[in-house]
Order: sequence, then structure tokens, then C-alpha cells
Amino acid sequence: MKKVLALLLLATLAFMTITLVVDNNLLPDFGETKVENSVSDTYIKQNAMGENQDIKFGETKNLEIGSANAITGIVAGYRSFDTLGEVTVLFISALGVSLMIGTTDSWMKRSQSGFILRVGSKAILPILMIVGVYIITHGHLSPGGGFQGGAMIASAMLLLSLSDHEFMPKIKAFKMLEGLSGTIYILIGLVGMILMGHFLQNIDQTGTIGELFSAGLIPVVYLFIGLKVGSELTGIISDFMKKEANI
Amino acid sequence: MINLAAIVLMLLGLYALLTTKHIIKMVVGLNVFEVGLNLFVITIGFNKDGIAPILTGSNSIKDFVDPLPQAIVLTAIVIGFGITAVALMVARKIHEQYGTYDINEIGGK
Repeated sequence: MKKVLALLLLATLAFMTITLVVDNNLLPDFGETKVENSVSDTYIKQNAMGENQDIKFGETKNLEIGSANAITGIVAGYRSFDTLGEVTVLFISALGVSLMIGTTDSWMKRSQSGFILRVGSKAILPILMIVGVYIITHGHLSPGGGFQGGAMIASAMLLLSLSDHEFMPKIKAFKMLEGLSGTIYILIGLVGMILMGHFLQNIDQTGTIGELFSAGLIPVVYLFIGLKVGSELTGIISDFMKKEANI
Repeated sequence: MINLAAIVLMLLGLYALLTTKHIIKMVVGLNVFEVGLNLFVITIGFNKDGIAPILTGSNSIKDFVDPLPQAIVLTAIVIGFGITAVALMVARKIHEQYGTYDINEIGGK
């Protein structure tokens, strides 16, 4: 009976969504999207403040955002305040997980990890960390950014805690790193507001597009987002490895 | 027609969410729903001759696909991760208290 009701609900939903997608003019047809005349056009051409300039890789200087990766330009540039909210959502979920497990110092007992895991993790760990930092610092030039690199660093920590059972109880610095990098993110925004008049506004010129030290605040902001996401995800992993406190 | 396939994936996840009795399977259904939704939002920005919106030395900004849906999906993925973490922790607390993941066996205690 319940399944019939669920199927009926889904059929109604499918009919409504598919008619909305297939025959109306609200959404473009699949593969026919035109970027011109949409808001993304200003994000790609970087002329939201009205300055029009031809963009050439490695030559054009002092663009509005200056990021070669248009997605990073949106996430950490035009919509950086939105990203602050996103980081807050991640923080609240980490806080929820941490509150539900309670303040306990007892950890789940696990059997000794195998030889291949112990030796192999030592070989892979430096590569994982270096690639994670590379992805964070090159977020404005290539695919990647703070969230992706932070997840990579957290996966390196997960590998380390799987091979060495004493690792997670020993490390206490991640909570402090998380709070510190979140605070610095807000402080960078406030400095932009005091000096230039808008929250998270670029203080200096953005430099030549395509260079490592370019794009104004984006690499700085993404570095702290990467640190925050990495330490937050590590905190969630270590919370899942704890045993529940006896109430 | 990947956008219609994404809608089907979304409905599949919703069906799993509505009918299953197992909490972990509900979390899996929620994730399938979320993946379908993200895929659908990305297909809105897709362009047949488009390339990834990253400027390098050998392309120009005229060929880019729409970057805005991709940026929004990046936000949605992170929030989906947070939801999954909290949901798994709730499932673990339920299992510690009642010894089962089945929602039928929890009721009445």
C-alpha cells in the first residue's frame, strides 16, 4: 500500500518536472545554453563593475577578479560571502556530530592494522599531502580549490589514522586550526570592508591573469578555506572513531 | 537527454527514501537524490561545443560553458556532505540505543 502511494507521488512529480523541462521556455534545451545575456556572461568577462577589457591569458592585467578559473572566480570572488555561509554550514554539521558523540576520551578498539597498510600509507601520505596543498594553492588557475584540496588532506589524515591507531587521540591541534582559519577568513573580509568599503573586497590590484600570485584575495581566502575544511573533516572522522560516553 | 536521466535518478532516490525501512539505506537514498539533483543543475549550463570554463594559453573565453551552475553545485556538494555526516551520526546513536537500524522495531519503546 505504501509503495503504491509512493509510486503515485513519484509519478505526479515526474510528470510535473518533465513537462517543466521539456516544453517551456524557462529552461534552455539540453546542450543549447547560451552564455550571452545571462548573468554568467559578466562573471566570465569580469565586467560586473562596468570595466570592459579583452582577456588574454598571461597578458591582461588588473582585471576585476583576475582568476583564470571562472568557477573559482565565482565561488571565492563574486560569491565569496555565500562561501562564508557554506563554510558555516559545514562547521555546524561538524559541531552537530561532535555534540552527539559527547565529550568522551574513549576510542573504539580495533585490531592491529596489516603490514601492507602500515608501510603503504607511509609511502602514499607525503604524495597525498603535497597534491592536496597543490590543489589548494592552484585553485584559481586549474580545476580544484580549497574544498577539494581540504578533502584530500582529510583523506590523508584518515589513511594515517587507519594505519596508526594512536594517531587520532594524540592530535589535538585540528580544532584550534579550524577556529583560527575561520576567524582569519572573516578578518580578511572585515579588512576589505574597512579599507575599501565592501566585505571581502580586493585590497590590492589583482595582477596578471594566469600567474600563481594573482587574483587578489582568492588564493589567500582559498588557503584558509582549505585548512578549515581539512581540519573540519578530520574532526568529523575522529568523532566517528570515538566510543559513546556512558550516560 | 542527460537532464531527463538526472530527473529519473532523483526520483529513484526519493522512492528509496519513501519506501525503505533501513536507516542506512535511507541515507543512501538521500545521497542518490542529491547526486541526481546536482547532475540536473550541471546540465542546465551545458553547451554542445563548450569547454570547461578555465582560461589557459590555448583557448578563449568565448567557448566556455556556463560556470554559474557548476559553482552552485560545488556549494551543494559540501552541504550534502554535512547532511550525510549528521545523518550517519544519528543512525549510529539510534543503533546504540535500540540495537537496530529498522525503523519498525524502534517504535513503541
